[in-house]
Amino acid sequence: MIEARNLWKKYGDNVVLERVNLRVEEGEFITLVGTSGCGKSTFLNMLLGTEPVSSGELLLHGKPVPGEPGPDRGIVFQQYSVFPHMTVLQNVMAARGFARRNLTGALFGSARRAAREEALALLEEVGLSHAQGLYPAELSGGMRQRLAIAQALLGRPGILLLDEPFGALDPGIRADMHDLVLRLWRQYRLTVFMVTHDLKEGFYLGTRLWVFDKTRHDPQAPNAYGATITYDLPVGKIDRDTLSDIDRDLARTANETE
Amino acid sequence: MKRLINQTPAPMLRVLLALLPFVALVLLYMLASDARLAENPADKLLPSFAQIGDAIQRMAFEPSKRSGDYLLWEDTLSSLTRLGLGVMIAAVIGLALGLFTGALPLVAATASPLLTVVSLIPPLAILPVLFIVFGLGELSKVALIAIGITPFIARDIQRRTQEIPSEQLVKAQTLGANTSQIICRVLLPQLMPRLVDAVRLSLGAGWLFLIAAEAIAATEGLGYRIFLVRRYMAMDVILPYVAWITLLAFVIDALLAALSRRLFPWHHQGGH
Repeated sequence: MIEARNLWKKYGDNVVLERVNLRVEEGEFITLVGTSGCGKSTFLNMLLGTEPVSSGELLLHGKPVPGEPGPDRGIVFQQYSVFPHMTVLQNVMAARGFARRNLTGALFGSARRAAREEALALLEEVGLSHAQGLYPAELSGGMRQRLAIAQALLGRPGILLLDEPFGALDPGIRADMHDLVLRLWRQYRLTVFMVTHDLKEGFYLGTRLWVFDKTRHDPQAPNAYGATITYDLPVGKIDRDTLSDIDRDLARTANETE
Repeated sequence: MKRLINQTPAPMLRVLLALLPFVALVLLYMLASDARLAENPADKLLPSFAQIGDAIQRMAFEPSKRSGDYLLWEDTLSSLTRLGLGVMIAAVIGLALGLFTGALPLVAATASPLLTVVSLIPPLAILPVLFIVFGLGELSKVALIAIGITPFIARDIQRRTQEIPSEQLVKAQTLGANTSQIICRVLLPQLMPRLVDAVRLSLGAGWLFLIAAEAIAATEGLGYRIFLVRRYMAMDVILPYVAWITLLAFVIDALLAALSRRLFPWHHQGGH
């Protein structure tokens, strides 16, 4: 369903991604890891439609990815994903309002009741029923990310993009969130792309692990070469040696770009 | 002994410290006034509190001999009407301008440079133009206030709109929102408390333009009265009028702050 053919991303002379070729089928759960600045978030933003492709092709269902975000691709950012002026329930219901082709996205009557029912069911699923009347500022970091996920899911996207969604959370809460995301991924038959800087996270989550890294280095011009996908591994069949290989590669790149 | 930057007053001491300069000012005034009046009982520059009290009684609680009106209340009503109208017009236009220039790059490309230039025009410099165009009636005074503070509000709201994290706009789009839905549901509600803040900040300038316009052409109003009685050096009227204006400004500001806390609780919780 998603295909990249010789995909490049440059900012002027600064090459971020180069020669990316890949194929993703529906229902995969892909974790993207790499050092900071290696282009994994840039790749996610290209899928999202907020970053244009420099050269090559990035296809979604055989057509180029649209140049702006749309309801077929949901997103959860590390922060600022939810609307601070809406309560938890209103945040989730917002998707139903936005789905109507009117001026204000306001919901009335039976449509409003239906959206409310749906939103409440979804809040139940992510464990936020007790907080439906609170504003996001009153929630903990983990609850806020649960809300962001519930909100994204009510839009019924086929693809869910997660940009370091649990980076700011405590380890214990992060484990709960992993369970939640895996459960929702199966239940809603989503295709998930999750960016993380935690290699271990990518190791047992989902179906596929991508490592973004630079294969060529020019010490005189550190930005002359971009990163590409150096490892594309099925999750669950990766052995310890591969893990330490990846770790070593990433550490070297991090040192060289310092 | 802690460093000075780390020393904070206890609550009781804080109140006392806050009152201290006020008490000192009043005492200083009383001493100076007494000294001058002892020298010359007809002195008008620093009237005693008794004389000021008489003036307040005359202006606020006795009908004017000439018109039969209670002057202070009449002045207050017409000044607040002008100020309220001017500020309201400025808030509406400023919100619309700021919202659209902040949210729509195409509109910003056209309107932002113009707005920047217009905001640099000293409003008082075009007061004569307003008098010529709108005449000496209410319209020109309201227009001066509106013109004077609209650019400030517009630019402030524009900045606030651009400060709203782009993640929220992307999120709304991934939920299927179109431009007008994003403006109505995501941007506008979040700008309302910021508009209240901008109005509070611009009220000082609003008073300035109000009093300036009233000083030049008016038949009633707080600013008009102050400048009128200046001719007789009636400090016993001017001082309580200035105090009254200050009190009004304080009360309006406090009311707006309370309104914002009540209507937009989420804005005052901080965080994301």
